[in-house]
Order: sequence, then structure tokens, then C-alpha cells
Amino acid sequence: MALGIEARVVGQIAVVGVAESDLGIVPDVSAVQLQAQASARALREAGLTARDVDGLFVADLVNPLPGLLLAEYLGITPRYSDTTGIGGSSFVAHLEHASAAIQAGLCSVALIAYGSTQRSDGSRARRVVDPRSPEGQFETPYGTLAPLTAYALAAQRHMYEYGTTAEHLASIAVSTRQWAQMNPVAMMRDPLSVEQVLASRVISSPLHLLDCCLVTDGGGAVVVTGVERARDMAQRPVVVLGTGECHTHATFGQMRDMTRTGAAISGRRAFAQAGLRPIDIDVAEIYDSFTITVLLSLEDLGFCEKGAGGPFVGEGRLGPGGSLPTNTQGGGLSYTHPGMFGIFTVIEATRQLRGECGDRQVAGARVALCHGTGGQLSSHATAILARL
Amino acid sequence: MITTNNSPSPRPLPRPDSTTRPYWEAARQHWLVIQRCLDCDRSIHYPRAICPDCLSNHLVYEEVTGAGTIYSFTVTHRPPPAFADEAPYIVALVDLANGVRLVTRIVDAAPEDISIGANVLVDYMEVSSEVILPVFRLVGSAAQQG
Repeated sequence: MALGIEARVVGQIAVVGVAESDLGIVPDVSAVQLQAQASARALREAGLTARDVDGLFVADLVNPLPGLLLAEYLGITPRYSDTTGIGGSSFVAHLEHASAAIQAGLCSVALIAYGSTQRSDGSRARRVVDPRSPEGQFETPYGTLAPLTAYALAAQRHMYEYGTTAEHLASIAVSTRQWAQMNPVAMMRDPLSVEQVLASRVISSPLHLLDCCLVTDGGGAVVVTGVERARDMAQRPVVVLGTGECHTHATFGQMRDMTRTGAAISGRRAFAQAGLRPIDIDVAEIYDSFTITVLLSLEDLGFCEKGAGGPFVGEGRLGPGGSLPTNTQGGGLSYTHPGMFGIFTVIEATRQLRGECGDRQVAGARVALCHGTGGQLSSHATAILARL
Repeated sequence: MITTNNSPSPRPLPRPDSTTRPYWEAARQHWLVIQRCLDCDRSIHYPRAICPDCLSNHLVYEEVTGAGTIYSFTVTHRPPPAFADEAPYIVALVDLANGVRLVTRIVDAAPEDISIGANVLVDYMEVSSEVILPVFRLVGSAAQQG
């Protein structure tokens, strides 16, 4: 099918370098070290140096001024800086922001980076909610766990409204593990069955342990520039055809319909800008903080009807050999998850479109979708990428 | 901004502010009060300084019956450390008749007796000498009839 991609790319941006830092359990390093490690690797594969970077995009859960620190660590003075933090979706939103900045001439080479040592320093477990905040007054005192409680409530409601089952959710964990088995750097690579997911202990009903993402150390970086400059660079360019983002709430008690997320808004914009539809997507990288996150995203992005997500994922569609390969690096569920994940959707999508994924390569992948969800189903960012 | 602390976990308690103080003082008296906007008549929860619909600051608290239905629930088996001795407990979203939703607990109920759509009625749980939390119990539960 001719997608007319060449005609669409005038003025767009392209991904020219991607890299992960060391992943998994990485003791004895600071978070900025992982950010810098990933950044250096991504810049090197793009054939660039830190001094080429004039736009810096970073988000972080611990340091409120992450851009200042990473720029200092890399020895650069960016003329454009964006530390938009909307949760794990931030880095997919950063693609939209970088696109706008580059097209406006405010910068020419953008570095998007993330890195966290939340596993080795135990920072996740020690998070303290401000007791005067809405969350601290009206949610936390009841023993809620952010973000787990919100996703469990959403899953329970989805089961009630649409008959979604624990087996449906488990099949997402299973297909994702199948991809992880083909990724040498994935943390969890043992075979996984639906029965094993259901046998794992219930953390907050209806979610089992294996419905929940990993807690790891790690980081990633993505380098983007204008598509015309990208054509002359070391890697095959991956162009950003469309983006969209939104956020709908902060505290989950304010999410009126827990089965309908803002992915419907971000996705609609991204597809419209790209001039494409869900059927055109060859490979999907959809943030999987929990199995339910993927299911809701698939529905709201338009891959299936609202409420049909259970049967949609239960038929092997998302795994190797399926019609919608999803989370081909093994996702947050089986590959890595250092607190925020959005950047890894962009890294894997880029590699799939370049054809460098080895055993887990989706044959003929030309168009990929990246989707990040942040907070407690709170924020959404969608990007559609294509191989040039 | 997120901070981390290394001290053993005390139970997190609400810290009322000038807007929310009437809510918490009512709860200590075993009343459930919900904010309403006098200009557009919208009920508001959690309480705010301005109406999220019309931005008015003509907001009042009114007592409600405390009758509601369960929108969703989850049985928490692995709680935050401060709540370890209460697990398993049931966190729920309860919709009141005036349309507002509360994050709350269902108390004195077995998980198998909970269902989405079930009718519940407010009750009160003392968690410190200062703080009483509105919670809910199933309508018709034995403890209610006592």
C-alpha cells in the first residue's frame, strides 16, 4: 500500500540516534550518569557530539531541575530547554515539543533523555505525598498506592462494563514476555503462561503481580533533527509523521469514566496529522505500566472498539507472528521499567523501523506507533513514526 | 516536588487548608458535607477554592445523606508500609446522589460481598486523635443494624 510518506515529510523531524543506558540493576551510579551514558551512546550512533545539541528535553521524578544538571554534565549550553514532566508519557510528548521547536527554528538538534536509579536507591518506595495536596488529603489517607490503586480500579470497572477477564489481561503479559525472550537485554526472559500470571499473587484486585511492570534502574536517549539534515547522517532516518498529547486529570478520583482515557484525544491528533489510521500501523510500542494500560490504550487509540479490548488481545494478536506486534522489546512488563518508560517506546520503534531488531524484528515494518501514558491514566502522548 | 524520607512510615493524614477545613471539621462531628457552587449549582468534590465550571468563589458546604453506590473497588493485598496491619482492605470509588465521587474505604465487608453498583452509606473511621475519615459500609450490613 502506498502511504505517500515521502510527500509528507517536508518540514518534519526525524530520529537520528537512539540508545539505552545500562539497564536492570545498576548499583553505585547516579541517575544523571545513566542519562549521560544513554545520551553519549545516542549521539555517537548519530555521528554527533554533545556540542551539536542545542535543544535539551529531560523529565525526572526526583530532580526538579533535570535539564540544568544534564546540560552541565554534558558540558553544553542549550538555547532551548524543555523539562515538561507529565509522567511516563513525557518523552513522547517531548517529540512533539522538539518537532515544534525545530520547525520554529528555536533549535536544530534536540536531545531527549531519561535515567533513573529508582531500583537501587529505593526512592520509589519512599515517595512522600504532600499531605496538604488534594491527593494527600482525599486519597492517600485511605491507603491508596500511586499509581497501582488507580489502575486496579480501572481494570475492575472495565471488567464490570465489558466482561473483560483476568485471562485477557494475562494474555498481554504473555505476549509481551514472548517478545522479551528475543531481547538480549530484557530482564525477564523465562517463558510465561496465562496460568502463571493468574497464579502470581494479587497485589490489588484484580491485578496480579505479573500484571504490573518491573521496577528497575535504567535510562534512554533519543536525538532528533530536521528531516533534510537527517538524510545526510549516519543512521537511516525515522521521520515523525504525527504527534498528539493531552492530560485529563491528576488524581484518579477525578477521572469520571475510568474506562475511557485521553489516548482517544492524543491518538486522534497523531493519526490526523500523519494522515494514517490504526490499520496502517505495523508495530506498536504502547506503554505497559500495567496490562490494563495496554488494553485501554488499544481501545482508545482506535485499534478496536471500546470494550472489545479483551477479545482483541486474547487472540495472540500482539505477540510474535500476530497482526499487531506490540511492545516488541518486552515492554515495562518484561524488559525494563525505571520509573518512567515513554522514551523506550521511541527507541524500540526507531530500531524496528530501521530493521535492526534481529530475532524480534517485525518483517517489513514501515510505520510504528508510540504511545505513553503518565500519572494515573492522567496524561497521554502519541507519536507515529515512519521509515524514510 | 517529591521528597523522600528514610524514617519509619507514619500513617499519612490529611492536612486541612482554609478551603477544606470545614469538610474535615464536619467529619469529626460525623457529618458528610459536600461543596456546592451557589452561582451554577454544581456540586464539587474534592473541595476547591473556585468552582471548576464557572470559576465562582461563592461556594458553600452542605450536609448530604451519605447514600451512594460503588463505582469501582479494589482489594489491597500489598499496602503501603504505614497500612500494613490493615491489609487486606477495600479501597473504593463511591458516587453520591448529587453526582460527586469520593475515594474511600468499604468497611466491615468481605471482598466477596462487594459489587459495583451496590448501595452504601457513609460511616466514620477514627484514624488519629485529630482525624476522622468518611468511609462507607454496605447498606443492610449487620453492623449498621446494631
